[in-house]
Amino acid sequence: MLRYIVRRVLGAIPVLFGLSVILFAFVRLLPGDPAIAILGQHATPALIQQVHQSLGLDKPIYIQYIQYINGLLHGDFGYSIINGRSVLSDFAHRFPGTVELTIGALIVAVGIGIPLGRLAARHPNGWIDGTVTVISLFGISIPIFVLGYSLVFIFAVQLHWLPAAGQLDPRIDLTPHTNMVLIDAIIDGQPAAFVDGLRHLVLPAIALGSIPLAIITRITRASVIDVSNEDYVRTARAKGLSERRVNDRHIMRNAWLPVTTIIGLEVGGLLAGAVITETVFSWNGVGSWVVDAIQDHDYFVIQSSILIFAVIFLMVNLVVDIGYAYLNPRIRYG
Amino acid sequence: MTAGSTTVAVRAASTRASRGLWRDAFQRLLRNGPALVGLFCIAVFVVGAIFAPFIAPYDPVVGKIVDRMQPPSAAHLMGTDLLGRDEFSRVLYGARLSLQVGVIAVVFGLFFGVSIGAIAGGAGGKVDAVLMRITDVLLAVPGILLAIGIVAWLGRGQLQIMLAVGVSYAPIFARLLRGSLLALRESDFVIAARSMGASAPRILLRHMLPNALTPLIVQATLALATAIIDVAGLGFLGLGPGDPRIAEWGEMLTDSARFLQSAPYLIFFPGAAITISAIGFNLLGDGLRESLDPRLKR
Repeated sequence: MLRYIVRRVLGAIPVLFGLSVILFAFVRLLPGDPAIAILGQHATPALIQQVHQSLGLDKPIYIQYIQYINGLLHGDFGYSIINGRSVLSDFAHRFPGTVELTIGALIVAVGIGIPLGRLAARHPNGWIDGTVTVISLFGISIPIFVLGYSLVFIFAVQLHWLPAAGQLDPRIDLTPHTNMVLIDAIIDGQPAAFVDGLRHLVLPAIALGSIPLAIITRITRASVIDVSNEDYVRTARAKGLSERRVNDRHIMRNAWLPVTTIIGLEVGGLLAGAVITETVFSWNGVGSWVVDAIQDHDYFVIQSSILIFAVIFLMVNLVVDIGYAYLNPRIRYG
Repeated sequence: MTAGSTTVAVRAASTRASRGLWRDAFQRLLRNGPALVGLFCIAVFVVGAIFAPFIAPYDPVVGKIVDRMQPPSAAHLMGTDLLGRDEFSRVLYGARLSLQVGVIAVVFGLFFGVSIGAIAGGAGGKVDAVLMRITDVLLAVPGILLAIGIVAWLGRGQLQIMLAVGVSYAPIFARLLRGSLLALRESDFVIAARSMGASAPRILLRHMLPNALTPLIVQATLALATAIIDVAGLGFLGLGPGDPRIAEWGEMLTDSARFLQSAPYLIFFPGAAITISAIGFNLLGDGLRESLDPRLKR
């Protein structure tokens, strides 16, 4: 098991190296001069020279790359050219918001997807199965922003049941400990803030969770049907075991494997989907931060945030693969 | 029997078999209800896109400011937007852009992906290892984020969007094709071709690729659904074509988002257009998968 983990971690290093080269080249090859982006069109050559020096842009390209990597290894991901703030500290400030949203979406996807998939598998090709199939088809076909606005229109604009945007009612005073509203509310012992935070989370979590919900439903259904047709399930029934026991001990234990893999794969997709969801719901996370950076042409923020996203994505995939290898010995020794 | 006549016989047999496979698959597709619904959705949008200039009752770009923000009516089936432009005409012209950009993006993705996958799966060894590490790098960035990065890099425009979305799909196609090719390398008909002295490129192009196409066709059809959503997503994030002369579904949504309360129809119609075309390609892709691989039939 340890050998497998070491092999996978070492395997991620060349990928990160390649990505850093591409992203570095991406920012250096951009049309336009970062110095002009910082100083504006009417900067004097002397000032431009000065900015070049301070950013190290006057040095040869390979020295620049070494400095860039050196910086990354020391936790220096560069500074925003718009407001001069450190990319890493801005990321750290906003990331908890995205984590909160992602976990909410994952709970929606897993909490609804698995029961729906099991329900459909119990009566394959019946009307329940048909309905579930249609729901999952909609889930993968409706863009997050269309679903997001539809939810806002129905539940916020028409019914006034839930808030349309944001993370917390601005009238509620909450000390940011972790920048996750629900956790902060628990730490501060404010049940009202917790309920309000939860109400703000519902619609974005459903919008973001819709795609993984659809995929988890499909995979669960297929996996349960597959396993139900296995000989050992028939044997278990023939032994006279109760239907509940057959379900829990024989079917679900084996049906879990593909479902856990897909849940892990979907976490990466959720991080990408957060970019759009946060824009729709004015959610204060890294997604809306990246979008702002794109609109402001804040290249260093774009470069570093994509790199950080990729690192997190790789780490999540790694954890999932290790978990999967733990659950399934055939992979470990394969 | 001479070597020549053997080849002819083998070729005749393989043509017969492959024609049979496709005809069978097509027959099964025609009996697949959901796939037909998908085909119908796609047909509506392709017809709308191609004949937009004849169907659209108004100019999609120039509107009458006196007609602004009208709800749906007989004169304006889907209402009018802030600049008094007819929403129905804009949705039709948007179909044109979405289908065109989506299809070309997937073609780009197939071109890059198939090239990489064919070289990797055909050559094997070090070439394969290097190419697969490159796809690993691309796969390390979630698709839409990669596309966002590329458009931010290349600047806004139709070609840039097609490239960005295409490049983000390329590693998926490359992996898929490479996997199928690797599985085929040791199959009997490839060994037979090799033993008859066929050159490596010939074996790859004539014997292996045609047999590895099925999963690629299915994936490309499903990718069309994602491409339409991703293109609209880029438009929604302000990375659309950025040309006021072009109606784009994602940009139409962003422009109208602040009128959600007063004019929800401006969100509903382009949103429904994106969703229905994505449903069409998803249904067709699933149908193709089932009909090309009868073992999957429920």
